Amino acid sequence: MTPALPLAVGAAVVALAAVVGWIVTAPRTVDEAVAAEASEPGDAAAGRNVFFLGGCAACHMSPGQSDPLKLGGGMELKTPFGSFFPPNISPDPSDGVGRWTPADFANALLAGVSPNGEHYFPAFPYPSYRNMSVKDVRDLFAFLRTTDPVANPSRPHEIRFPFSIRRAVGFWKLLFLPPIAPPPASDPTDFEGRGRYLVEGPGHCAECHSPRGWFGEIIEQRRLTGGPLPTGKGKAPNITSVGLKDWSESDISDALSTGFTPDGDTLGGPMAEVVRYLSQAPPQDLAAIAHYLKTYKASR
Amino acid sequence: MKTWITAALAVALSVGFALAAGSDAIKERRALMKANGDATKPLVPMMKGQAPFDLATVQKALKTYMNAAEKMPALFPDDSKTGDTHALPAIWDNKADLDARFKKLGEDAKAALDKVKDEASFKAIMPNFYKNCGGCHEKYREKPA
Repeated sequence: MTPALPLAVGAAVVALAAVVGWIVTAPRTVDEAVAAEASEPGDAAAGRNVFFLGGCAACHMSPGQSDPLKLGGGMELKTPFGSFFPPNISPDPSDGVGRWTPADFANALLAGVSPNGEHYFPAFPYPSYRNMSVKDVRDLFAFLRTTDPVANPSRPHEIRFPFSIRRAVGFWKLLFLPPIAPPPASDPTDFEGRGRYLVEGPGHCAECHSPRGWFGEIIEQRRLTGGPLPTGKGKAPNITSVGLKDWSESDISDALSTGFTPDGDTLGGPMAEVVRYLSQAPPQDLAAIAHYLKTYKASR
Repeated sequence: MKTWITAALAVALSVGFALAAGSDAIKERRALMKANGDATKPLVPMMKGQAPFDLATVQKALKTYMNAAEKMPALFPDDSKTGDTHALPAIWDNKADLDARFKKLGEDAKAALDKVKDEASFKAIMPNFYKNCGGCHEKYREKPA
């Protein structure tokens, strides 16, 4: 046996692993049926409600000003992985989503994939947004197109190696996300279902209010039991039935619309902004959210 | 030997005093804010229409806010940044803004004290007044709720 043989075998194994890795991390996009459904005409008025429930402005609004419909991106989000700069989602044709198709938008929210066919980093909370219905995605896109175009090129993220390897998000998705399967359109008269839909989908509450594991994934069995705020300072509290045991459902929905807690305190920190957006949602949506949280039990 | 012990004691005591001064400010401001919360608690169901309006309780709350607004600006010395506090470092980078907010809180509370006479004026004025609380807590306090 010459020294060349083990070397050749070793090189072949590495090459095979690279090819398999490349295949396995390939971005998966929505199927044709979803893409077709996303391309039907969207209802911008309904999309406005989705926009405020989803809190898009909290990350995508242009910093240094107070109009939530000015969506030029660029607000720095500091995380343990480095700094993310949310992109421009205004309808600007060169700097924003002005030339996107509805299918592009569906892939962003439901598959976490860009129009260039690259993975988005899950700092964009598509692990929750992927639970939105195609109707809501379509309506949201229609609404975004009614906002003002903002000329501001999206700023590249500043993430620490090796977390900056976009392709590796393909592994992350395989490990931590189920296959793409958007639910049917949410029925606002189904009180229980509506609450679950809003919290797990556009509300994306678990993204702040859950503990995370080594790779930044939500620890499923402890979903909504509280977690670190994205900036690292302070904590988002437990909002399951255990954490909310001293609150009634109307205490919860009132807090979400006014910011007042039953203690006479006000919801502060990042939640103050959430309240500004949720206060624009219909009261029955906030009541549904409150009911879902008040009856939610973590598995562990 | 004795000089070393005295010197060490002197250093320890001055550090101790400095820490105590910082932590006194922390304790005092937390107490003032807690008093604000306690005074607000009975007003929350009043604003929702779930409890009967009571002018005396409202006026007591407004006077509590005025007291806090007057005393708080002086309770953020440089040595009170760390310790048992939820005050964010942004306070010391924006002290002028913080002081202006407390001034506005005091003025708004005094104006409300003059204007709130009954349930109608209460419901017209107070929700807007409470934006003062949320505004500061969003920027300058660490604990979310």
